[in-house]
Amino acid sequence: MFEIFGVPSQALFGQLLLGLINGSFYALLSLGLAVIFGMLNIINFSHGAQYMMGAFVAFILLRNVGIGYWPALIVVPIVVGATGVVIERLFLRRLQKLDHLYGLILTFGLALIIEGLFRNYYGSSGQPYGVPESLQGGRNLGFMFLPNYRAWVIAFSLFVCIGTWYGIERTRLGSYLRAATENPALVRAFGINVPRMVTLTYGFGVGLAGLAGVMAAPIYNVSPQMGSDIIIVVFAVVVIGGMGSIMGAIVTGFALGIVEGLTKVFFPEASNTVIFMIMIIVLLIRPAGLFGRGA
Amino acid sequence: MATLAPTVPVRRETEWSIVIAAAVLVVFLSAAPFVLYPVFVMKALCFALFACAFNLLIGYVGLVSFGHALYFGWASYLAAYSAKVWGLLPELAILCGTATGAVLGLIAGVVAIRRQGIYFAMITLALAQMMYLVALRVPMTGGEDGIQGVPRGWLFGTFDLNNETTMYAFVAIVVLAAFFLIYRIINSPFGEVLKAIRENEQRAISLGYKTDDYKLVAFVLSATLAGLAGSLKALVFQLASLTDVHWTMSGEVVLMTLVGGLGTIFGPIVGAFFIVAMENYLAQVGQWVLVIQGAVFVVCVLSFRRGIVGELAARLRVRL
Repeated sequence: MFEIFGVPSQALFGQLLLGLINGSFYALLSLGLAVIFGMLNIINFSHGAQYMMGAFVAFILLRNVGIGYWPALIVVPIVVGATGVVIERLFLRRLQKLDHLYGLILTFGLALIIEGLFRNYYGSSGQPYGVPESLQGGRNLGFMFLPNYRAWVIAFSLFVCIGTWYGIERTRLGSYLRAATENPALVRAFGINVPRMVTLTYGFGVGLAGLAGVMAAPIYNVSPQMGSDIIIVVFAVVVIGGMGSIMGAIVTGFALGIVEGLTKVFFPEASNTVIFMIMIIVLLIRPAGLFGRGA
Repeated sequence: MATLAPTVPVRRETEWSIVIAAAVLVVFLSAAPFVLYPVFVMKALCFALFACAFNLLIGYVGLVSFGHALYFGWASYLAAYSAKVWGLLPELAILCGTATGAVLGLIAGVVAIRRQGIYFAMITLALAQMMYLVALRVPMTGGEDGIQGVPRGWLFGTFDLNNETTMYAFVAIVVLAAFFLIYRIINSPFGEVLKAIRENEQRAISLGYKTDDYKLVAFVLSATLAGLAGSLKALVFQLASLTDVHWTMSGEVVLMTLVGGLGTIFGPIVGAFFIVAMENYLAQVGQWVLVIQGAVFVVCVLSFRRGIVGELAARLRVRL
């Protein structure tokens, strides 16, 4: 045990770890928002609700079907992504020619419906979801205790983020995607099915939210309001980073998580508002956001 | 940028439609306390004013604020606090709350107007959430309990507001005056510039208008009126609570305006009465309220974008 700026190292690194965990979720969620926004020009307000849905589907699979964490990690994003595909086909597609604020309002309505439904069946108190057996326990690093599950969450979300970045920026499919974002009509003329790509993009973004939900389930309690609690913070993260760049969303997410963790050590009263304050400062100094291009 | 409010064919020579609708409103408000619960009508009136203030931004400037609960809720806190703790007369407490709305609107406006469209919505939402978290912690707001038992007091030291009828008359007069003010703002040269910004901001800039200044003034006006609505609500219910600063309240005012008709004069009023009545009626179904609200949002966006009043106005080919 040693002290840094009068703070015991155990507490400092503990909060840093918590910050990194929160940061992983900010990064995963803002990444999904950025991908969806790039393709559909819609801010997906139901993103938080879909993250909550991911956690609940994992919880239901475990309790009612007996399917554990590892299969859930694959099944849940597919299930949640499939609901996204349905939502895009039924609702979002009809809004393409309208002002994109209608998309915000519609997805806000969807978020209310999803949250309301889960509240009806599970109440507003949290449900516990155990850490999978293979990741229980932890190791002592000398300066701090590192629970295995948390290390896994950080590593895996980094992997997913980098993988998504690679897929969009470095593969052929990703180049179609980026081209369709710039000029859908032209890409269509080359014989690429853009509407289907839009649908799948939304499904993918929503699936990412579902995946984040599964990973969050053992850390936070599974509760209907877990989505709305986090989504507004993620919006602030997105405003700070700007949605122009995928890497920007990832870096901003992790960085803000760490800042939040550090604030918890040094100014605990400000810890849950610090991201909003950073947003204000960024808007005053660099209105387009750290990685943004234009308004 | 596409127009947010669906435009309605207008025949400029007849503004009679508005005069008639206003007369109907006045008659309705005079008769309402004899037919309906006065507290219900007062609640609906507070929300109607709140929705009209919000509509001033979304309908006439094309700015979507997703954080209007901030001004409504904090004004309500300040009005309640000044009436209860400082013992201010009701009119001064309301003034105090309204001024809170104005100041918060100025601060939030300066920050939020730096970005447009979708970002503007997210920024206003984030700012409101920040101040919600502040309200959760500051001792002044009373945390989960809120500020209870706010005295209604004596208006100008002469009218006893504990009398339900006096309170009703006071609320109705203030809200009607505010409606008239909003109508005047919309139809002033200033209002015309706002509409120009809504239709085509770049062109307005090229014509020499400092659109950011216009937007900021409109934002502050809207926040101020939302503050007035919140202050009145604090006195009517003798309570200021976290519900009024929560993001669901910001969503509710969007819903009211959308149901009534974006960018119409009477739409937000009708929408507010509709939603308040619906929630009253649905109170016994508990959590389903959230689901139903969400469903109303979805239906409105998909197939009822003009709203009740907008649809009516389009059918009658008049402005309402």
